[in-house]
Amino acid sequence: MTAKPTAKELLPASGGLGGTLMQGDEACAEGAIAAGCRFFAGYPITPATQIAEVLALRLPQVGGKFIQMEDEIASIAAVIGGAVGGAKAMTATSGPGISLMQENIGYAAMAEIPCVVVNVQRLGPSTGRPTSPSQGDVMQARWGTHGDHPIIALSPTSVRETFDLTVQAFNFAERYRTPVILLMDEVIGHMRERVVLPDPDTIERVERPGTTVPPEWYKPFENFPSDVPPLVPFGEGYRYHITGLHHDERGYPTNRLDEIQPWLERVFRKIDRSLSDILLYDEDGIEEAETLVIAYGATARSARHAVEMARERGHKVGFLKLKTIWPFAEEVVEHASARLHHVVVPEMNLGQLALEVERVVGRHKVRRVTRADGEMIQPARILAAIEERAR
Amino acid sequence: MKREQPFDPSAALRKGRLRTPRESRVHERYLRHSKKFPNIWCAGCGIGIVMGAIVRAVDGLQLDKNDVAMISGIGCTGRMPVYVDFNTMHTTHGRALAFATGLKMVRPEMKVIVVMGDGDALAIGGNHFIHAARRNIGLTAIVVNNFTYGMTGGQYSPTTPIGARAATAPYGHIEQSFPIAELAVTAGAAFVARSTVYHVRELEKYIAQAIAKEGFAVVEAVSYCHTTLGRINHWGTAPDMMRRLKEQSIPLKRAKGAQSETGLSEKEEHGKIVRGVFVDRDIPEYTWLYDQIIERAQKAGSSSNPSPTRREEEVA
Repeated sequence: MTAKPTAKELLPASGGLGGTLMQGDEACAEGAIAAGCRFFAGYPITPATQIAEVLALRLPQVGGKFIQMEDEIASIAAVIGGAVGGAKAMTATSGPGISLMQENIGYAAMAEIPCVVVNVQRLGPSTGRPTSPSQGDVMQARWGTHGDHPIIALSPTSVRETFDLTVQAFNFAERYRTPVILLMDEVIGHMRERVVLPDPDTIERVERPGTTVPPEWYKPFENFPSDVPPLVPFGEGYRYHITGLHHDERGYPTNRLDEIQPWLERVFRKIDRSLSDILLYDEDGIEEAETLVIAYGATARSARHAVEMARERGHKVGFLKLKTIWPFAEEVVEHASARLHHVVVPEMNLGQLALEVERVVGRHKVRRVTRADGEMIQPARILAAIEERAR
Repeated sequence: MKREQPFDPSAALRKGRLRTPRESRVHERYLRHSKKFPNIWCAGCGIGIVMGAIVRAVDGLQLDKNDVAMISGIGCTGRMPVYVDFNTMHTTHGRALAFATGLKMVRPEMKVIVVMGDGDALAIGGNHFIHAARRNIGLTAIVVNNFTYGMTGGQYSPTTPIGARAATAPYGHIEQSFPIAELAVTAGAAFVARSTVYHVRELEKYIAQAIAKEGFAVVEAVSYCHTTLGRINHWGTAPDMMRRLKEQSIPLKRAKGAQSETGLSEKEEHGKIVRGVFVDRDIPEYTWLYDQIIERAQKAGSSSNPSPTRREEEVA
């Protein structure tokens, strides 16, 4: 007779049934360390505080550095400063903090500084419901800072995926020299799941490419063939200028239209030409589907449940889970919904990503399932929306 | 009788009759030749004098340019880094110290000089200023205090004198001003000094001391803005305002409470700019302290605080 495992055996340190019981916030912190993050600057805020707490403990163990700044504006500024010094750097916050960070996120986009900004979304606006989940910052992640700029935003659905997408966020930041936003939410951040994390040696880590040219030839904002000119850290003999002003290839301020326009085109092109790498999603049952459900983040858990219930009832439902929120997977959505007349988009807001889906597939085909009171969307509501077509 | 020629220093130099001291040409080795001059500052502005003092201080300390970073915020002073041949970063308004904090954490061996105006450092960036001082992180903060927002046209700043008129105080300014140096002392900076753009050798000396200091070091460089605040208040031309800096400033040893026979009374001191080193104290620098944290964390080993990361094969 096999004895049931005791509670003690199930604790992380014991190994127990295998894996570790872990929060999403903790997985984010561990993912950052696995990705090579060695500098974190942050400010306490529910529900993202645990990320800072874990990194305050863990970073010095691996030779990294943690600092609690005086506010979120200083936190993102320090992260950018650390990244310019050559470190993989991250900050983590929630709605009120992300609102404060927006100006400097724009600076990172303008100066093309790789960094990761985690937003564990909570219900807004304003102080809202600090301990309740939301997906209300989807549009802010895209257009929060002023001016046209490219951005990458990823959104995890589980604790394990939080680990993976945090690693991915660092890789995208370094590969494309851009700020990357990790859009978590309170449910994912605070939820505990049993996870088995990958062998650190098997994790793909993208390191910042160096330059091969001597300092006097180096142009930090050059119109490079790959559209991503290498960023040499400060202090390595390549003295150059970084500014939030529009700048020429050397980084010096410019008002010349023949220097501003090529920059603008290049920074968008560097993302657009690499969509096959950047757009991450899971899909299943798309081919035979009569109805498509598109979801992301914690809501994708409800949506997955609803899809399974609908299939049990005999409905042909396809499921598209977006991990990359920005840039929006236009062609993926377009292709998946080409034959369909019924696309269900559940999200914990009053319809933000649904606007993008509607833009691509047409407004009349999209059925929004929304909720913005700080509670998750129940599978039954999504199921009802799926079945609307069947009726 | 020979007619007198107007004095031409460059002609005199060519003929070898006038020897320029080495120091007066030091700046040429520190300015960016690939950056098109002239600079954006108005003729007669004091910010260029501060820039000159900084590069001469760096030169005097014999620092490698690769190990020096200059970081600024927004405003007239914010434009300084683009002209100097260091690792330079022109950041967002008020946030230069926070950017610099991140850089210093990652590159503690670098000398990070932060240049700010009074509005940049004390209004929008006031919180970062006091916290950088409290933290005692090894940055050199140089605050060019011209008592106004020059770039936007003479609005009142946290240091605008009470009673002065400004573009946004057409009826006279009714707010008290921040004493920058005294604020930095109270907030915990390791080194604090104040001088003016008239007393340029003294300013250079203080900047050199500040850069050499391990810990948060502040130099308030009192300047003026003759094109905005000076014009609005009829304070005269740039030379007039420069003269005021000379006449209205006193060394610290003559200031109130100083143990000196020449000390001024409170009434005599009123409205004077007090120049000198306000504090120079040894307190542990932040990045040095953090290195101790790393040592402690690594010594504690992974046994007491295990990584929750478990390998797949371990649990298989």
